[in-house]
Amino acid sequence: MSVESKKVLYGLYNDEEDLKHAVKVAREGHLDIMDVYTPFPVHGLDPILGLKESRLHILGFIYGSIGAIFGFLFMSWALAKDWPILFGGKPYWPVPSFIPITFELTVLFSAWGMTLTFYTICGMWPGVKAKILDNRISDDKFCIAFDITQAESRMVSGLEDFFKRTGASEVHEKII
Amino acid sequence: MSQPVAPVRHVLIEGNKTYHQISEDLCAPTERAPSREWILAFSVASAFTALYAFAVVWTIWKGIGEWGVNRTINWAWDITNFVWWIGIGHAGTLISAILLLFRQRWRTGVNRSAEAMTIFAVICAGQFPLIHMGRLWLAFFIFPFPNTRGPLWVNFNSPLLWDVFAISTYFSVSVLFWYTGLVPDLATVRDRAVGLRRKLYEIFSFGWTGSAKHWQRWESLSLVLAGLSTPLVLSVHTIVSFDFATSVIPGWHTTIFPPYFVAGAIFSGFAMVQTLTVITRKALKLEDYITINHIDSMNKVIVLTGTIVGVAYLTELFIAWYSGYIYEQFAFYNRVFGIYWWAYFAMMFCNVVSPQLFWSRRIRRSIWWTFFLSIVVNIGMWFERFVIIATTLARDYVPSAWSYYRPTWVEIAIFSGTIGLFFFLFMIFTRVAPVVAIAEVKAILKLSGDQYIGPKAHREVQPVTQQEVIAKYQDQN
Repeated sequence: MSVESKKVLYGLYNDEEDLKHAVKVAREGHLDIMDVYTPFPVHGLDPILGLKESRLHILGFIYGSIGAIFGFLFMSWALAKDWPILFGGKPYWPVPSFIPITFELTVLFSAWGMTLTFYTICGMWPGVKAKILDNRISDDKFCIAFDITQAESRMVSGLEDFFKRTGASEVHEKII
Repeated sequence: MSQPVAPVRHVLIEGNKTYHQISEDLCAPTERAPSREWILAFSVASAFTALYAFAVVWTIWKGIGEWGVNRTINWAWDITNFVWWIGIGHAGTLISAILLLFRQRWRTGVNRSAEAMTIFAVICAGQFPLIHMGRLWLAFFIFPFPNTRGPLWVNFNSPLLWDVFAISTYFSVSVLFWYTGLVPDLATVRDRAVGLRRKLYEIFSFGWTGSAKHWQRWESLSLVLAGLSTPLVLSVHTIVSFDFATSVIPGWHTTIFPPYFVAGAIFSGFAMVQTLTVITRKALKLEDYITINHIDSMNKVIVLTGTIVGVAYLTELFIAWYSGYIYEQFAFYNRVFGIYWWAYFAMMFCNVVSPQLFWSRRIRRSIWWTFFLSIVVNIGMWFERFVIIATTLARDYVPSAWSYYRPTWVEIAIFSGTIGLFFFLFMIFTRVAPVVAIAEVKAILKLSGDQYIGPKAHREVQPVTQQEVIAKYQDQN
């Protein structure tokens, strides 16, 4: 998330199929797409755009494992080491009794860890001002954006040409 | 290719919608002034919420002696209401999580409101274990924290403590799941708003842009949260049933309780979803998104889980007889023919007999029948918990201790007050956020919209193939 403002050239498409085709054409032509914005998750877009699979779920596993180990060790320490008490003649270290809470803490750590990581790596938080190119992107427009801050005018007209050819309904420039 | 999906699929979005029309329809309830009916219903809900607050303060001020519980029947309406609300709070996660994993597309129409309902039901449920402690100001003793008593830790062997962890985990994970799903839709509302309203939705939508990478992570997160919530939702009601099943009270210590409670929870949760859905779709004009097909699907779940619950009731009776253990046999004889026989038969009729009407397709697809039976089922499920808790305790080991329980006005006020609180929260929700998941509905439009599938599909769908597009592009070159 750079602080400096960027000059962006973006085109809006009316349908996700048009968008997917345009992205494919852009990638074939080695155009450097800044980002693609859509109103809903478009399936099949990620491979065309060259996005690698998200590794968020691996983190989910790690957070969950931390929760499980922490929960189990804490209960073991508290009941068997720190202050051993006999509950109804049961052993000091009743492992089966620990299963429910260990499970709950696994889920708790995994869910919170993943969600907080998700918002952090996406740069999303209450009070973050979204850099919105067009209000209709969250409605029914599918957008491809190029960063043209340092682009020559020849390049810009080439991009405009690309939008026209791939069936973009509108092309705009904006500084964000 | 004339149809993108198999024709056996139901139409889930009617009215020949465009993407823009979906945004319009689903954001509209948050943008227009509240209707007269809404204000009226909201006033009633607020009045009951106030009654609830009053009765809770009364309980804390005067003590548990204001309730009808006594030395023999020490758990009654409090825990009955707790289990009832927790059960209702299971359907949202079930619809969102399990149906997401099973790729059931009809969930998109109802998941958002069902999840909201889950959260509000758990808020209602959570009150009861707290206030029934009597000394509410000592409630923090349930958490293991370093204290000046040794430190003396909580008893990790106790199912009541497992409950604390299960319910707090369930509540917080449900909130995360629901809110993360809501963020893109709040961004849609934000982008349509101006002025102060826009500023508020900017805060609540966390700066969502709809970037492809964000969507990818969002989907990954949703899928894993669904995967985590599925065993979580099963564990929560299993642990609630452990409160009873691990005790040594005849009538409670039965191994069938975990699956029996979970099936009952799904059963009552879906019934409450139906009650709310039928009202919401009419009041907010969402008939094109929450169609008769959705209602039909949920009624099928109700007839299935209702039958499972019925089998559990009969199994319980059979095992009590088969055990040859007279205390167990007496507990169940007392449950059916004892002083609370009317509660048992109300439960049997509402939970086992009445949902069987849903075998009829006509009744399953009738709004009025659905609404009526959904309320009958929820009454039945309340009686189930009452039967398990109060009637079992009323006839314990020593006949001299036998007792009868009647609720006092305080308990009635607290219970009807939580129903008011539940509707109070739900009605606010319908005003501030889209009650149907906008992005998810758009994502299934081409698979389930009536212009693409079903008898009314009027457009020959011919998605442009990649080769054709490239050929066209090269022509223009």
